[in-house]
Amino acid sequence: MATLIIDGQEVHAKEGQTILEVARENGIDIPTLCYHPVLEPYGACRLCMVEVTRRGRTRLETSCTHPAWDGLEVKTHSPAVMEARKVILGLMLSRCPNVPVIQELAQEYGITEPPYPVEDPDEKCILCGLCVRVCHEMVKADVLNFSQGGIERRVGPPFLEKTRQCIGCGACTIVCPTGAVEIILEQEAVYQEKPLGPTSAIYVPSLQAVPRVPVIDTDVCIRFRQDDRSNGEVADACGACQMLCEADAIDFNQQDEIVELDVGAVIVATGFQMWDPTQLSQYSYGKSPNIITAMEFERLSNAGGLTSGEILLADGRKPERVAIIHCVGSRDHNAHEYCSRICCMYSLKQAHLIRDKTGAEVYEFYMDMRAFGKAYEEFYERIQEEGITMIRGRGAEVEVLPDGKLRVMGEDANLGKLVAADVDMVVLSTAIEAPHDASKVASLFGLSRSPDGFFAEAHPKMRPVETNTDGVFLAGAAQGPKDVPDTVAHAGAAASMALALMDKGEVTISPQTAVVDEKLCSGCKTCVSLCPYTAITFIEEDNVARVNEVLCKGCGTCVAACPASAIVGRHFTDEQILVQIEGLLRATAPVEASAEREKVHE
Amino acid sequence: MSNNDFEPRIIGFFCNWCTYAAADTAGVSRMRQPSNVDIVRVMCTGRVDPAFVLKAFAQGADGVLVSGCHPGQCHYEKGNLNARRRVTALKPFLEAVGIGRDRLRLEWIAASEAPKVAEVVAEFTETIKRLGPGPFRKKQDDD
Repeated sequence: MATLIIDGQEVHAKEGQTILEVARENGIDIPTLCYHPVLEPYGACRLCMVEVTRRGRTRLETSCTHPAWDGLEVKTHSPAVMEARKVILGLMLSRCPNVPVIQELAQEYGITEPPYPVEDPDEKCILCGLCVRVCHEMVKADVLNFSQGGIERRVGPPFLEKTRQCIGCGACTIVCPTGAVEIILEQEAVYQEKPLGPTSAIYVPSLQAVPRVPVIDTDVCIRFRQDDRSNGEVADACGACQMLCEADAIDFNQQDEIVELDVGAVIVATGFQMWDPTQLSQYSYGKSPNIITAMEFERLSNAGGLTSGEILLADGRKPERVAIIHCVGSRDHNAHEYCSRICCMYSLKQAHLIRDKTGAEVYEFYMDMRAFGKAYEEFYERIQEEGITMIRGRGAEVEVLPDGKLRVMGEDANLGKLVAADVDMVVLSTAIEAPHDASKVASLFGLSRSPDGFFAEAHPKMRPVETNTDGVFLAGAAQGPKDVPDTVAHAGAAASMALALMDKGEVTISPQTAVVDEKLCSGCKTCVSLCPYTAITFIEEDNVARVNEVLCKGCGTCVAACPASAIVGRHFTDEQILVQIEGLLRATAPVEASAEREKVHE
Repeated sequence: MSNNDFEPRIIGFFCNWCTYAAADTAGVSRMRQPSNVDIVRVMCTGRVDPAFVLKAFAQGADGVLVSGCHPGQCHYEKGNLNARRRVTALKPFLEAVGIGRDRLRLEWIAASEAPKVAEVVAEFTETIKRLGPGPFRKKQDDD
């Protein structure tokens, strides 16, 4: 532990710290443009110059590179320091006269005009080397470097040409203090920013996430991307989050795990996914950044979102007129025939939010208003009183006008007229649908799916949470579109069904099992190989097959296959089925045939 | 008997989990379909003994429809595949004894495919109408 004095204040420094780091820890401001906490100091900008006195000798040193030795006396704002910084800022301002951060700093030191001749008024680079260092130390791509020397010194990729080594991570643009580095999106290799999605490679999935822990998107994270490009070697790139995390909680070696559990019941609650509205081109989704889905709107109006909850257009303006189009992809033979059930109410809520937060005019294009739940109709009434324009008729088309405005066309069925509204923003209330991998889940658990793609319950009225597979239950939107109260009720029912099953401690099985008449069994073993549940075992000493009634599910495959007719399928015996056939055919059979049978039965 | 007023009698062996459920839905949904198919419910098409099919024809049925879950979706894993094997083996026999291979039909109809039940029933009824009465029924009628 070293003790030194900065501006008359006694401070303590840990081994290996620099004067700048110690000063910052103690709230002492030293200006700098080329320092970054995760990068090696470079001493390029010279702004962090301080007066250092050691063993009676006083010198000007860059505080970002000078070790915080014991016994130093440091002055950060002495006349000599101020004079030196003024010269440096004067040079910087003359090189880059139009960079706001330099203009402000120069102003602080009393410089308003470039003191030396300006060569290029558009120059922004101060050659601080932050981009070079981040590309080398963190990204490990080594794309950027200095070339030439003296007054020709400049930063860029080799030969100032486009290079495949650049992964387009954008780290250089983030660290650049003057905005001199620009990324030009032109190749698919460049990460396309998702404007309403997560904004960095490490993020907390949602504000309400439990546990509230950040995740790393390995498709975007520089470290993982560089590992992917390094042919199996560990590139050891970036890791900035790990360096800065004081709790030391970031572990790049964490892997997805497969955990095997033995359980008594399974509740399938795989939910839904939002339908992609690009499939109906008339809504022009993707052609304007101001045509958004309801889910994107939720992100926009979320206090934890990009705009901190402000409802803004892509260019940052507040919308003045907004259209909400209901039933996009629902109740539509070109998409889903079913009603997604939740859109009417969330659209009304969103209309309320828009009105409340921006005061914009809101136009709701709806087919029918399905305000079916408790207190829903009352909410609908309230929304109408808030001055929202309700247009009864599906929004038919959205056109992007040359000035960027959006024209929504549709029919107002109440007026019997075609109507159009020119708006700034369009919110599409897109359908919800079964997840794209629902068929995999269905085959995993032996579930069937209703024609709408959601998992089918055992009976639409009497058994809404059970499935045809024993011990597997459905909860929530996996079974069909549901709003929150319905989902909670459904999930509660599923949980209590599962508990009831397990709490009994025993399992009731169907009585429809197969049983072998051992007197007739010839020991051919045909049935043994046919049984899908290995319920039939062959007893060598008795030379007969025997059915384990706990394992038998009663499909009857062995009954039909037994060459000796030695297996009886309880409740579906040969006699029962044959009599059914006779009975069915007797009902319409000629009189003679029936009479004949009567005789037999007599 | 002219083919116009010939109403075929068809026995349908429907599996409890798929086609029977689909037929139930078709009925509940009031889908229009010919009333010529009489259903015998079995737990699985794998339960359908070839003897049942022959019995039905012997009793004067004009056609037999066996229908269950799609391959890979059998409630009992593979009972429907056994049914497929049996039907495939039975068809040449039916041809040889003069009943005709087309009077027996196997269809995969999942529980969610209620409209397909109506479709298949209508189509098979038409096929049987075209083929005319079954050989055993004819004999009974001639008596």
